[in-house]
Amino acid sequence: MIPGRFEYHAASGVDEALRLLSELEGERALLAGGHSLLPMMKLRFAEPAHLIDLGKITELKGIREEGGELVIGPMTTEAELLASDVLARRCPLLPEVARQIADPQVRNRGTLGGDALHGDPANDHPAVLTALDARFVIRGPRGQRESAADGFYLGPYLKDLGDDELVTAIRIPIPAPGHGHAYCKLKRKTGDWATAAAACILELAEGRVQRVRLTLTNLGPTPIRVHDVEDLLTGEPLDAGRIEQAGQAAAAATDPAEDLRGSPEYKAHVAGEMTRRALRLAQERAEGGAR
Amino acid sequence: MSDKVHVSFTVNGEAVDVLVDPRELLIHTLRERLRLTGAHIGCETSHCGACTVDLDGASVKSCTVLTVQCQGAELITVEGLAGPDGLHPLQAAFVQEHGLQCGYCTPGMLVRGWRLLQDNPDPSEAEIRFEMAGNLCRCTGYQNIVRSVRRAARELRGEPVAEGEAATE
Repeated sequence: MIPGRFEYHAASGVDEALRLLSELEGERALLAGGHSLLPMMKLRFAEPAHLIDLGKITELKGIREEGGELVIGPMTTEAELLASDVLARRCPLLPEVARQIADPQVRNRGTLGGDALHGDPANDHPAVLTALDARFVIRGPRGQRESAADGFYLGPYLKDLGDDELVTAIRIPIPAPGHGHAYCKLKRKTGDWATAAAACILELAEGRVQRVRLTLTNLGPTPIRVHDVEDLLTGEPLDAGRIEQAGQAAAAATDPAEDLRGSPEYKAHVAGEMTRRALRLAQERAEGGAR
Repeated sequence: MSDKVHVSFTVNGEAVDVLVDPRELLIHTLRERLRLTGAHIGCETSHCGACTVDLDGASVKSCTVLTVQCQGAELITVEGLAGPDGLHPLQAAFVQEHGLQCGYCTPGMLVRGWRLLQDNPDPSEAEIRFEMAGNLCRCTGYQNIVRSVRRAARELRGEPVAEGEAATE
């Protein structure tokens, strides 16, 4: 399987990438890690006339702390997320997710931006970035703007990003010290996408839920933030009864499509179980148990 | 449209220069132009790992990398593992522990296992399984593959393993 013909452009910097996006005629695709795009091009699901390679743009890489936020370049690889000391200390949810994506070779190439911005509802980072209250820093011909991950995803492969725009950074408010986190994902085998997954960020105060974010992967056309469950839990002690209620409410909030991974009923059931597991694990971590 | 592009890189320490169409995949350049047929074509969709090579110090699946992305890169393929004195200890361990059945996945397993041992000379069995998870063996001979990597790790650390001694913990 070989992709169709295209013209290749290696952008040397963000400005050049933006110029290419504006000036080139016909369908343009941005090449990040390539592990979604190239298979789609081989199968002729994507046939861009121009491929703009972002691989040489160093300003799109790296992880740093800046004024209470983490700033991560969209071309940072999954392997780099996994190896990051800053993330291990400040935002352990991200490496935990990276660890569950694909396999070592794919994680060496696959990038945070590629996963988060492709718009595939099966990708893991969209739900996780939504749980983290992340914002995308976007540059385009009309200047710079920011778009919150929560609300950025409009439908499968459809997002609040113009054809001539480029995400240049992902900004994540550093979660509160002592927060609990979890990404619980059921997949059929190594390398597969989630049958269902749940991301959780949890802050406890005196045994009660002070603040919680709960989002779901691959259970609808976009990542699902389960506001009902967040409201149900906030201000309450997180006991077994509450967690069971939360699992049932999360399952009810899903809108999964039938595919090889199962029926809608099965996927909703798994969503409930992943929610219960994510809450229990985040609670354990918030209480200072497993890390 | 799609003019050919000159790409220069090194493979197994040797500088090469190829003229490729932008859509040419690295696996095809290696196999068809450079006659390095060790890396195999398996699933072609970056699941199976048979095409694994080492690109700038990291394992990659060469069926999902364009050759034009390799300008200036340093590549190592399974052909580059053996030295003048014979097989690399990892290759020898695959022989000793029978880390292969049909052999199709073996070049990818070797290149991946070699990089794993560069990065982590003393991996636990769980770490080996996690780090080798991108390489599928359709014969499902994983047990001996894991033993092979364990044996090679011990030998590379200077702990010779006696003939017939299983490289288990």
